[in-house]
Amino acid sequence: MRTPLIEFRKVSKRFGDKVVLDGVDMTIYPGEVTTLIGRSGEGKSVTLKLIIGLLRPDSGDILYRGRSVSRMKRAERERFRREVSFMFQSNALFDSMTVRENIALPLQEGSRASESTIRDRVERKIQVMDLEGSGEKYPSQLSGGMQKRVALARAIVTDPDTVLFDEPTTGLDPVRKNSVLSMITSNQRDYGFTAVLVSHDVPDVFYISNRIVVLEEGRILYQGAPQDLEQREDPVLQEYVNSQEILRNEIYGLRSARWLARAFPRLLEDADSGGAVLLLISLPEFHVLKEQVGHLMGEMILGSIARIFYRVSQSGESCKVARYLEDRLVCLCYSDTENIDPDQLLRDLAREFGSMDFCSAGMRDRQANFSVKGGWDRIDGERSLANMVNGIERRMQHLGNVTCRGGF
Amino acid sequence: MDLLRKSAIIPGNLTGALGRAVLNLLQELGAVTLFFLRGTVSIFRYPFQIGKIVQQVFFIGAKSVFLISVVGLFTGMVLSLQGYYSLAKFGSEGVLGGVVALSLLRELGPVLTAIMIIARAGSAMSAEIGIMRITEQIDALFTMGVNPIRSLISPRIVAAVISFPLLTALFDAIGILGGYITGVGLLKINSGIFLSQMDYLVLLSDSINGFLKSLVFGLLVVTICCYQGFYVHTRNGGHGAKGVSLATTSAVVSSCVGVLISDYVLTSFLI
Repeated sequence: MRTPLIEFRKVSKRFGDKVVLDGVDMTIYPGEVTTLIGRSGEGKSVTLKLIIGLLRPDSGDILYRGRSVSRMKRAERERFRREVSFMFQSNALFDSMTVRENIALPLQEGSRASESTIRDRVERKIQVMDLEGSGEKYPSQLSGGMQKRVALARAIVTDPDTVLFDEPTTGLDPVRKNSVLSMITSNQRDYGFTAVLVSHDVPDVFYISNRIVVLEEGRILYQGAPQDLEQREDPVLQEYVNSQEILRNEIYGLRSARWLARAFPRLLEDADSGGAVLLLISLPEFHVLKEQVGHLMGEMILGSIARIFYRVSQSGESCKVARYLEDRLVCLCYSDTENIDPDQLLRDLAREFGSMDFCSAGMRDRQANFSVKGGWDRIDGERSLANMVNGIERRMQHLGNVTCRGGF
Repeated sequence: MDLLRKSAIIPGNLTGALGRAVLNLLQELGAVTLFFLRGTVSIFRYPFQIGKIVQQVFFIGAKSVFLISVVGLFTGMVLSLQGYYSLAKFGSEGVLGGVVALSLLRELGPVLTAIMIIARAGSAMSAEIGIMRITEQIDALFTMGVNPIRSLISPRIVAAVISFPLLTALFDAIGILGGYITGVGLLKINSGIFLSQMDYLVLLSDSINGFLKSLVFGLLVVTICCYQGFYVHTRNGGHGAKGVSLATTSAVVSSCVGVLISDYVLTSFLI
């Protein structure tokens, strides 16, 4: 059994009437990257400040290497400060000091290293962080991204055992964000420190984290490996995992698989009157198509198919299109289905696909062909969604071949 | 009935409000005292912060020399004019030198020097520390294992102890020179009489009392100004830049009031 580096035991913290942490138990293991995620104001930064000692818990205890942080003796506390470093969300750079002085300060104050050693270590960090030429500048003369890198350099210049990063990528452009995240992982790999991150960059942080801790309403909703988080069915957790997919589907007018799973049982109630129809549209070569025209264009094609469906069915109110799997769309029509002829609907769809110019745009000079298949069935109240989809798939008809030129 | 109820409640409210105000004041005084003690104790912790102390002496002391000289000169000159006008009514113009010197050494020198330093350095100290607080620079020091009070406050306390008496001495000397220029140069009082009366009336204890006052004012000013900046985040009614501006105003006003009240208390003991 692994020994935790930092342990929260029933830690509570409130500010006035607002309970920020409510009896939180949390474990952080050495040599790992642990990321705290949660909505704004859920106590992520407070958690880091409790670890470093900037705030004190109202109740409960925080242990570092098995010793209570609040009951450490002076020598222990000094060692703790040397071992744990903090990178502030606002960077907290000393504005009256130059970049070089800022990075050197933790070494000057916290170590007995000679001037020449300090100079060498500072220069090395300036090089690693790509800050050459900025050593004599003041923080106010730097861009936001450069200030973040100075703060990062200052946080790791003492080669600490543990680094607490409070939103290290907030406000950075995507290129800089990725470079900061890769800097954290590469430094973590090289120096073997324990990293505790607060971040909103989901799912990016999943790739660099060994553990994820989800904070929600003062409690820990989940702590464990990111892979396990993806398997959890809790809707709040799924919201974090699928936040980007949900946004993407919203943009294309597609309902999520979660919506489909929730909506289907309700439709069973209408099944006795034969009042619900399920249509399935499948793109069997979707993966190949995405490889040829790019991910973005592939998603746009799927979105276009959903829009065509809404147009030909002329029943946006009673029919909804949801993404069942990566390459399959499910259309649910659940009222006035007497007026809908599913076979005619599929024929109309096929005609539209034939006349539609899906791509002919973008930066890629590619051509791709893909076929669209479709089928339908009435919801009978006895079969599950998966059973119905399997049944339709066995007797799906070919709706058409589409050629796409271009792509992103 | 309502009126009766109100009249019964209002005195209770007033007493409560007064009690809370007194309690708050005592709490604040206690916090300021503890802050000062922590800053003072940290002065003697090794390694001594000689570099930071020199920087602060330069900031509080050296950079105030010109201002103190100008204010001292004109204070001495106007004191001489006013003194001559009053003393002439009693035919005692001859003691002008002694009156000017005594007024400066015992009262005006320490008080006006303190007020000038509050205006120039005290407000800057409060604003600088306040901005460091709201931009988390003080928290950053803490996370690096640096005691913020030792790093930011202790050198300023030492610098105040060094600078205030020296600047007061400068103020006194230039003030006396201003008084001499007006008295002897403009009002044609005999130079020998002016100086001999000064020598006759002024005792060593007058100078010592004045320097004692300046020392107390220095500690008071630096503590109040640094305290206001250091705890700017706990203020009611203002956060961020507004909080810093309120803290700076409060530092200047509280320091000036503190100097004048403590001047009265000290004078009543030292006279």
